[in-house]
Amino acid sequence: MKQFIQCIAENNQHQSTHLLKMLREIQDRYHYIPKDAIEQLSELLNIPRTQIISVVEFYSFFHLSPRGKYELLISDSITDHMLGKKNLLDYLAKILSVTVGEVREDGLVSLGNASCTGMCDQGPAGLVNGYALTRLDQPACDQIAALINQQKPLVEWPSELFQVDDNIYKSGLLLNQPYVQGAALRAMIDRGIKATLAEVDGSGLRGRGGAGFKTATKWKFCSEEPQTERYVVCNADEGEPGTFKDRVLLNSYTDQVFEGMAVCAAIIGARQGFLYLRGEYLHLHDKLERILEQRRQNGLLGTNIMGVGLDFDIEICLGAGAYICGEESALIESLEGKAGIPRNRPPYPVTQGYLGKPTVVNNVETFLAATGIAVNGGDWFASIGTEKSKGTKILSISGDCARPGIYEYPFGITVQTILNDCGAVDVLGIQVGGPSGTFISNQEFERKLAFEDLATGGSFIIFNSSRDILDMVNNFTHFFAHESCGFCTPCRVGTALLKKQLAKIVDGHGSAGDVVALEELCQLVKNHSHCGLGQTAANPILTTLERYPDLYHSRLKEISFEPGFDLDGALATARRLANRDDAGAHLAQTESEHE
Amino acid sequence: MSKTITIDGKIIPFEDGQTIMDAAMAAGVYIPHLCHQPEFTPHGSCKLCTVNVNGRNCTACTFPAIDGQEVLNETQELIDDRKKITQMLFVEGNHFCPSCEKTGNCQLQGVAYHLNMLDNHFPLFYPDRKVDASHTEVMIDHNRCIFCTLCVRASQQKDGKDVFAISGRGIDKHLIVNAQSGLLKDTDLNVTDHACAVCPTGAILIKRTGYQVPIGQRIYDHKQIDQVSLATEQHKHGE
Repeated sequence: MKQFIQCIAENNQHQSTHLLKMLREIQDRYHYIPKDAIEQLSELLNIPRTQIISVVEFYSFFHLSPRGKYELLISDSITDHMLGKKNLLDYLAKILSVTVGEVREDGLVSLGNASCTGMCDQGPAGLVNGYALTRLDQPACDQIAALINQQKPLVEWPSELFQVDDNIYKSGLLLNQPYVQGAALRAMIDRGIKATLAEVDGSGLRGRGGAGFKTATKWKFCSEEPQTERYVVCNADEGEPGTFKDRVLLNSYTDQVFEGMAVCAAIIGARQGFLYLRGEYLHLHDKLERILEQRRQNGLLGTNIMGVGLDFDIEICLGAGAYICGEESALIESLEGKAGIPRNRPPYPVTQGYLGKPTVVNNVETFLAATGIAVNGGDWFASIGTEKSKGTKILSISGDCARPGIYEYPFGITVQTILNDCGAVDVLGIQVGGPSGTFISNQEFERKLAFEDLATGGSFIIFNSSRDILDMVNNFTHFFAHESCGFCTPCRVGTALLKKQLAKIVDGHGSAGDVVALEELCQLVKNHSHCGLGQTAANPILTTLERYPDLYHSRLKEISFEPGFDLDGALATARRLANRDDAGAHLAQTESEHE
Repeated sequence: MSKTITIDGKIIPFEDGQTIMDAAMAAGVYIPHLCHQPEFTPHGSCKLCTVNVNGRNCTACTFPAIDGQEVLNETQELIDDRKKITQMLFVEGNHFCPSCEKTGNCQLQGVAYHLNMLDNHFPLFYPDRKVDASHTEVMIDHNRCIFCTLCVRASQQKDGKDVFAISGRGIDKHLIVNAQSGLLKDTDLNVTDHACAVCPTGAILIKRTGYQVPIGQRIYDHKQIDQVSLATEQHKHGE
């Protein structure tokens, strides 16, 4: 092991910014991060061991204790649940003789849950040693179990298991745009850098991650910073459950995304860019590297790009299972080899980002749009959409519809039109913008997708009338508690409390005051949390409580107070110690239960 | 003309580079806080110092004072919310004041008194947390840690060491120490380190000093935390 770690450190020039990359390699090889590896790495990188441990314990894909040689994770997104995830997980546990969350005795396989893996249009999905599995069903599970028991290396597994489809059903301005490698850079050089920024400005392009900050303004601020070492970061950490458009853009529009980054680099004066790719998209990594290499060969990356003296290169950094890293300052922390904890703002990343230097962080789709705008000019983009939301939006549509996949629409499109196109019938409601967005009921289908009405990062999950809204709310609430970084009190404790308080009501233990208490807690978490995760974590409850108060009230008991404390449950330890389980060793929660 | 902000309508002068907390404390206006101490880089995590700045909630300890800001500090809404945030800190750990050596000197308790917290409000978590009594002179009772990171920062910024760190994620986050064994005795911590004295709760205690001051004669037994805080920190915020 010593030599292996030594080698990893050398390959990464002993840079602690590459800590995640090194830990990925160690986890890959040993199926955990051994203590000795931490000690050695701490010396080689000259950082305290606590820094390494805190990174290992922060990211879901790193472990301090061994996982199976085959680590199998099943996506826990609501869309996977709607496709039968629970039965599938139970089935896998049975045929593999392994308990969920644990490692089989022989160490060969471990089974667990993963937050949404971004395959909502082709679930139920999973990951095996980090590689995406799609369209899982019982026969596929049988096949996987057999392959694991035979100890077949992953490269020998049938490729159908790993097949990821684009599923593009509706293309618009961006997805239909013909592309010639280097065209955007050429257009920018011909037009001039300042004039190109003016085109981006004129296009009205706003960030596609959901927040909608004006792209040209961000680039302009960054370019005016006194520090001249600047960075471009492409945020490909799309972790919002129900979104997968970036997966498709990176797979089939890769060049355009990289070229958009290069255009941005030229405008802000950056020489280095990063693509922060979520760990769940490991399957895209080699392809992306190949395309980067090709672009270098073609003089579109590296030194003296297109012979005009531009220097710019892109490095791919893989995440390791943390939704919070989609928040730009947490992403930057992660790029620096640290736990993804959002920074205090100000300063904003445009002034102090990666390594304290001015940094632009934009979504994958934003860079794709920038390429189109550089080629065709701002009017091309601005002529479509609404007054405050120019251009188109690429949606990831999943859930109860005939054709889940990718759809591109001009901003201002009504929800009903989208439902008609994707073949959704008997719709109960839609989660727009993912769990952090809004749930809309079937009374609101004339509403429009736009920053003025329903803002969205692109997640669009459809629920038909057979679905239980509270199941969905419960899933989302657990998701946020699981993904909270734990930095601030309101989110760390609040999301855990939301989980408890919601369970109390959903499980039928709530009384009259409990819905009020739930709403109060929601407001506290929303108003006081440090970053967008906490500020939106209560949205699933708040937006459904607003629309379906009766649904919550119907679960309440007809008494004025019901303790949240489980009296009998608390005696479990005592029963175990006394080795008894007779009626006398149990206590009823209320008097009536005694009778 | 020097630059000013207003806090609850009162005009407060400040200098460039000061945070709202700096300006407020230097002017004798108390804003409740637990993870903040003027000697260390602000952290902004406990969220007790949340104030409303021109309509938006911000942490006073990290947000820069800007000329003309209208800051709300002691509104009923903020006081109620701060109380609930304090209650959150109580329920996530195991804080049993009557049996804690720090009682009366504990800032968590002091803030709770100040905010008139009379119950836990939220259900208790009863987490399973350990005690590290391995060190001959200092002990850590993880049950009382509120993750303020003051010990982490004090060790780095004052002691020039790296004894403490926060690890884990979400509700599972926890304090760790820099030793291969994971035990405090194997770190380079010294009882005279600032990191040993900075804990606002009873999570880090110095051994054989317990109960030297009897309960009833301790800091917050007689004084409100706002008085104590201003008396000990006011001049440091002016620096």
